[in-house]
Amino acid sequence: MKNVAATMAGTVINILVQKGDQVKAGQDVIVLESMKMEVPVQAEADGVVAEIKVNSGDFVNDGDVIVVLE
Amino acid sequence: MRKVLIANRGEIARRIIRTCREQGLGTVAVFSDADKDLPFVREADEAVHIGPPPVPHSYLNVDAIIAAAKQTGADAVHPGYGLLSENAAFARRCQEEGLLFIGPSPEVIAQMGDKLTARNVMHNAGVPIVPGCKEPAQSPDEAAQLASEIGYPVMLKASAGGGGIGMQICRDEAELRQAYQSAKGRAKAYFGNDAMYIERYVDEPRHIEVQIAGDIHGNVLHILERECSIQRRHQKVLEESPSPFLDDDTREKLCSAAVQAARAVGYTGVGTVEFIVDGNKQFYFLEMNTRLQVEHPVTEEMTGLDLVAMQLAIARGEKLSFAQEDIKAIRHAIELRVYAEDPVTFMPSPGTITLYQPPQLEGVRIDDGVETGTQVTPFYDPMIAKVIASGADRSEAIKRAKAAMQQFVLTGIKTNIPFLLEVLEDEQFVRGTYTTRFIQERKQKSV
Repeated sequence: MKNVAATMAGTVINILVQKGDQVKAGQDVIVLESMKMEVPVQAEADGVVAEIKVNSGDFVNDGDVIVVLE
Repeated sequence: MRKVLIANRGEIARRIIRTCREQGLGTVAVFSDADKDLPFVREADEAVHIGPPPVPHSYLNVDAIIAAAKQTGADAVHPGYGLLSENAAFARRCQEEGLLFIGPSPEVIAQMGDKLTARNVMHNAGVPIVPGCKEPAQSPDEAAQLASEIGYPVMLKASAGGGGIGMQICRDEAELRQAYQSAKGRAKAYFGNDAMYIERYVDEPRHIEVQIAGDIHGNVLHILERECSIQRRHQKVLEESPSPFLDDDTREKLCSAAVQAARAVGYTGVGTVEFIVDGNKQFYFLEMNTRLQVEHPVTEEMTGLDLVAMQLAIARGEKLSFAQEDIKAIRHAIELRVYAEDPVTFMPSPGTITLYQPPQLEGVRIDDGVETGTQVTPFYDPMIAKVIASGADRSEAIKRAKAAMQQFVLTGIKTNIPFLLEVLEDEQFVRGTYTTRFIQERKQKSV
């Protein structure tokens, strides 16, 4: 299992993938907003989206797992 | 006016409290859960909790703010900058509730808040504007057609935009067509208004703005310019005044155009007319900010005036207490914005400040909103402090600014202080020949 974790504390403003999607390393999967700036979070490895652990509008902390890949 | 509610947070709330206190006015702070331990909450005479951290539930929650004013018996509201400061509905609501809104009329705020309307008003008043379309571009095809008439490169802008959000430079038709859809979508999401317009992108652009003040008796004056070209993501990082780029003749024309702009809308209060100035010193109206500006201390340190005191006096119906010829640049002033961000990537860096010791130096003013132990949260703007250095001339101001940056102790989070030092030591900055591309050009070089 390869997880995608939040790179900073912030609010989830956009989820760019769906369960079952094939993603590639480096692909943007979620957009966070922190301090009025939008910051995309990328997958670090190729995989298939097994679970999305957040909803749009959720607040996440640095390091929280947001997407589970397998 | 006896008691002022400050509908804002952080450093600007403290700044407003300071002048209110000097004038013997009571002060009321409002705060979200995230800000309960910040200095501004303690420093106000009274403080009212208005909601959870996200701004729609607290600092943009008009009902909660009005209720706080009623509860504390405040009779005036100072909106600061950002947040509700340029919200015409909020200004109107204050009026309806019998509260004195410290700022221009709701009508003027609404007129200048819509970028297309503002442009047309200024054009009709004889203020130069950048060549561009008069009506929004309705489709990618119409955008491409308009852009070819105006000439590339063009700037694609959201009519309701601000703070650099919803703006994009397009160098050819392919870029424009691609940018149009994404910018339109973002404008809809951010502002609830997706009207897009196009104008010529100005070469070697400088962002220079003019401070103006108008009273209810019809007097309008300018308080000289501020040079704000050092920007990242269209947000200002360093401002200085007088501008090293302007000659006296251009300065006079620019400041006169700003007064003309303010008169055209019957402006009351302090405000700022932003211009873009090209390499040949041609200038064009960009927008008008109908509020106190973040960088207002530059003007204060340059002239010795207190702009918040001026706002209060105008709101009380007093006449401006000075004439145009009294306004003089007696010093050179430079403001550096300290952001909680990575100094290389400019990515946000929220966290807890473990040690905070701002410099105490001659000719250096600090306007800040934090202290040792403050948690800098991800909910608000990353700006945590402003350092304003002034001196008899520009080189003395730069020297003091550098000393201030070198002595600033701030640990626990990343800040842009190392980057600000690099700017102060940059050859082009020292020469004063920089444009709004200053930061971008350096970032591209270092990649």
